[in-house]
Amino acid sequence: MTGPDTGPVTIPADEVPFDPSLPWRKSPSVALRPEPFGALVYHFGNRKLSFLKSQPLVAVVKALAEHPDVPSTLRACDVPEAQHRAYVTALATLSRSQMIERRDQP
Amino acid sequence: MTAVLPPRTPVQRPTGGRLIDQFEYGLDAPICLTWELTYACNLACAHCLSSSGRRDPRELSTAEAEAVIDELQRMQVFYVNVGGGEPTVRPDFWHLLDYAIGHDVGVKFSTNGVKLNKARAAQLARTDYVDVQISLDGATAEVNDRVRGTGSYATAITALENLAEAGMKDFKVSVVVTRENAGQLDEFKALTDSYGAQLRITRLRPSGRGADVWDELHPTMAQQKELYSWLLANGDGVLTGDSFFHLSAFGEALPGLNLCGAGRVVCLIDPVGDVYACPFAIHENFLAGNVRSEGGFQRVWQSSELFADLRNPQTGGACTKCAHFDACRGGCMAAKFFTGLPLDGPDPECVQGYGEHALAARDLELVTPKSHIDHSHKGPVRGQPTLLGIPSIPAKICDESPLAGLDLR
Amino acid sequence: MPEQTETETPAPAAEEVLTEDSLVEEVSIDGMCGVY
Repeated sequence: MTGPDTGPVTIPADEVPFDPSLPWRKSPSVALRPEPFGALVYHFGNRKLSFLKSQPLVAVVKALAEHPDVPSTLRACDVPEAQHRAYVTALATLSRSQMIERRDQP
Repeated sequence: MTAVLPPRTPVQRPTGGRLIDQFEYGLDAPICLTWELTYACNLACAHCLSSSGRRDPRELSTAEAEAVIDELQRMQVFYVNVGGGEPTVRPDFWHLLDYAIGHDVGVKFSTNGVKLNKARAAQLARTDYVDVQISLDGATAEVNDRVRGTGSYATAITALENLAEAGMKDFKVSVVVTRENAGQLDEFKALTDSYGAQLRITRLRPSGRGADVWDELHPTMAQQKELYSWLLANGDGVLTGDSFFHLSAFGEALPGLNLCGAGRVVCLIDPVGDVYACPFAIHENFLAGNVRSEGGFQRVWQSSELFADLRNPQTGGACTKCAHFDACRGGCMAAKFFTGLPLDGPDPECVQGYGEHALAARDLELVTPKSHIDHSHKGPVRGQPTLLGIPSIPAKICDESPLAGLDLR
Repeated sequence: MPEQTETETPAPAAEEVLTEDSLVEEVSIDGMCGVY
């Protein structure tokens, strides 16, 4: 179920818009290493390196696989509603670099 | 009752904000690191940062190298840059390559190409998580061989041909920018494009034998400006290893973290297990410890005094008052150290000119710091570089056997 | 490459003012100085 703040986020150029109403998960090719300020995320396939700069975002990325969509993941991780937009944008960025991927419907 | 140690908390680490502000305080493990596998090398490049040539008898054994890889895996260091000397002259190189990849540590190795025959190229092309970087310092044999030695251009090109023919993807050509090749940037790009390779250009530092040739080889101010413009215009797809962040003071920042990673996000493990802040700082002042000590590499990375110092960002110093400090961060620590400049002052190649003033202001009697770690070949080397005006012994066409292992003392 | 196991880290209570570009930062694997 999507709310006004968590509808599909447009990604530049010819990419498919990120749809937070779908189930997602961290890609299996990605390793996530905790850091004091968040986490280092490295994709062994495309060699991309990203930093998650907040601990709650780290928790969200890890929890994606257990929830049917992004909003329910954010709620389960106690992310304040006011920050949901920022988190969806962050996840859209991660999907663009293939750090997170769509998973098949359970 | 056993005391419970509190979790290690960083001192006064800021929350949020820029990533590089976090990096200045250090990480629990490097993002990636350089690992020089051997000081042995079949070449004798005039500017070698590690003063390589002769094998050190105290080199890490295969088992010790495997133990380092095990540690890197545990610390979740995802990626290591292997070099030397010439890493492929170690008989166990290919074994260690497979071992690293099999233990979740991706490898990029830097080579002069001497061992990359068709069979090895084919092997690399079908191996995942390995990246190859061929060193080349001239777009022509004439320019290249003056610094790297007779036949070295041919060796590199043969390796590039073999890799391309084998279908290798994403391999790199790494160029150290010098006064002599700074005008060949377009040619380098064309050359690497023709092999389907990626161009990487990096900064010459006055490190290792580089200190001996720095005065005549480092780019002029005018060349630095041209280089900066070239990077802005052609930077997409050209790697730099963030080594030109001092040029950011010209204006728009170049891509990359734009900061010195030494001891904070990167470091060096040398062939005898010594851990230095950076491959360009192989000097006792920048020696943090040794992987053979108790606690191994992890203890050195996390607890050495040197690294704690580097992770305590300094305030004050001449550079911080400059309007461009935010862009250039005071430049390269190694460049300052080996030219005898204070570490909190300008980089010798400061684009605002403060470095030149500082160099001129040095005591005339100053002896610049020299590293005692020198594995250079002692006697004349076949095909040696002619840059320093020493006549070259002609190289054999198929001289593939390295001098490594031979004691030339 | 097999998936890494991760250790859990506790989430801090801090309520930061978040700007949209502050949560994720991409870095090039070649983009840090001091590496070959």
